[in-house]
Amino acid sequence: MHDKELIKDLQRKALLIRKYVVDSVYRAGSGHPGGSLSIADILSCLYFHEMRHDPKNPKWPDRDRLVLSKGHACPALYAALAMSGYFPVEELKNLRKTGHFLQGHPCMKKVPGVDMSTGSLGQGLSAAIGMAIAGKLDKKDYRVFVIMGDGEMDEGQVWEAAASASHHSLDNLIAILDRNGLQIDGHTEEILNIEPIQWRWRAFGWDVIEVDGHNIEEILDAIHEADRNAKPTLIIAYTIKGKGVSFMEGSLSFHGKPPSKEQYIKAMSELNQAEEELND
Amino acid sequence: MISAKITDKMRNLRDGYSSALIKLGYENENVVVLDADLALSTKTKRFGTIFPDRFFDCGISEANMMGMAAGLATCGKIAFASSFAVFATGRCYDQIRQSVAYPELNVKIVATHAGISVGGDGASHQMIEDMALMRALPNMRVIAPADAIEVEDVIPAIASIPGPFYVRMGRADAPVIFSRHNRFRVGKAKLLRKGDDVAIISTGTMTAEALKAYDLLKKEGIGARVIHMPTVKPVDRKEVMKAARDTGAIVTCEEHTVIGGLGGAVSRAMSEDPVPMIRIGINDTFGESGEAAELVKKYGLTADNIAKTAKKVMKVRR
Repeated sequence: MHDKELIKDLQRKALLIRKYVVDSVYRAGSGHPGGSLSIADILSCLYFHEMRHDPKNPKWPDRDRLVLSKGHACPALYAALAMSGYFPVEELKNLRKTGHFLQGHPCMKKVPGVDMSTGSLGQGLSAAIGMAIAGKLDKKDYRVFVIMGDGEMDEGQVWEAAASASHHSLDNLIAILDRNGLQIDGHTEEILNIEPIQWRWRAFGWDVIEVDGHNIEEILDAIHEADRNAKPTLIIAYTIKGKGVSFMEGSLSFHGKPPSKEQYIKAMSELNQAEEELND
Repeated sequence: MISAKITDKMRNLRDGYSSALIKLGYENENVVVLDADLALSTKTKRFGTIFPDRFFDCGISEANMMGMAAGLATCGKIAFASSFAVFATGRCYDQIRQSVAYPELNVKIVATHAGISVGGDGASHQMIEDMALMRALPNMRVIAPADAIEVEDVIPAIASIPGPFYVRMGRADAPVIFSRHNRFRVGKAKLLRKGDDVAIISTGTMTAEALKAYDLLKKEGIGARVIHMPTVKPVDRKEVMKAARDTGAIVTCEEHTVIGGLGGAVSRAMSEDPVPMIRIGINDTFGESGEAAELVKKYGLTADNIAKTAKKVMKVRR
């Protein structure tokens, strides 16, 4: 059982991440709200409870690392980083703007706290493996987290990496699959069937845990279980694309489209209302 | 001027690579080496035998290898990633672009079996556009050493400079032309022969042919300047401009397509004040199976052709 206040706090922070996602994508006039909203709870658990990190020392060698392999969901990552103190939250208003540092996809050279540049799908797990191996070589106890999308499972490199991680027995590697069921062109099962996804990963030598990706307690439990595993672990987080904004939930069109002004007002009022209910 | 001469001594550049890697391995524990199931051919296996904990044979998965190298580099490692040139660049171009070059990580891609002299394996394995691909990437530097001695200089030099590098070598044994170490600087040309009639600018093992061409031209009373350009990017613009000014006629030589490699780099370097120039290389065509020596002749990568071409370009000099 987790402390009720902790759960509530992480839920509150996930809601705040969602508000920043909607706000920054709206102001940017482009971006990917759907897949950002689906990982808000996961990021809240990682940055505000699970990960060992120091916003004042972003390159701290002993820190836990996070590779956002589904780089297009960076509005959520930027929100979590800003809320952690890596940079002022005001910067979130400058997402995707010329001359500002918050790029449309994560750039580790420009954004403090970003552990790996991503954007071209399927590459994050390989980099995370390199980081996990470096940790073993240097006898450090940090963990490496990587968040992948389910559309990304189509990429061949993911499976090269899946084999490599278990080959090297990387028990310090925890991958989280944002299983929201949608990719740009449609439902994942209609575009390219990836099921039975958990058995595919098990066959590649991974431990697999399935959770509700919007349930803080389940996410935390899964990470703790992963910590005890001797193999690399994949947490399949069943999520809803666009989670938290009624008209974005399960919507294909909000994969890579910002809300209109009316939609923005409605989205923010829904999220504000959810916040009030949580605080009641 | 740097001393260079053709001797009978032949050495494989890959032997220079493995000896340099092992030396680095002893000196710096952050050096790690990755390969993609070609460790016997690239000779990285020798490093792996001595430093098994710092050697990773990734299997036949170049894309994953480049990503792993990038991840290791984010943690302070100097990651050497090796395979045949065709696989180390073309097969994983996007991984190099996104995970290595864009974040400017400390990954050194060292490729072997570049060029047409791969021989019998044929066009599928004869990488002729690797320098063009790598040159086009921001943050990437491109080096083609002339002999095993130079390889032994290049490897520690690039290990000491943070950021991505691409180094290409061929498969075949090549004449040892340098007698001394420590003559390599990234971005610096090596003046090997003085002359003001025509300039021959070459890279990689083609430089041995350029030296032979110098002798052929000398017999005809033509003074050729021979410049070895180990660093194709950033090319030594100063030395190119000087050669253009002094000689007014340039030949470039590379075992690579004439598009986007050394010829491209030299053209670009003197584009504001150009002189006539002819590029020797593979003329926008794929290779084929055959004996290395025969292929090199068939595709004009010889001293004879360099000398002939030098006289041709002198005729159109203004």
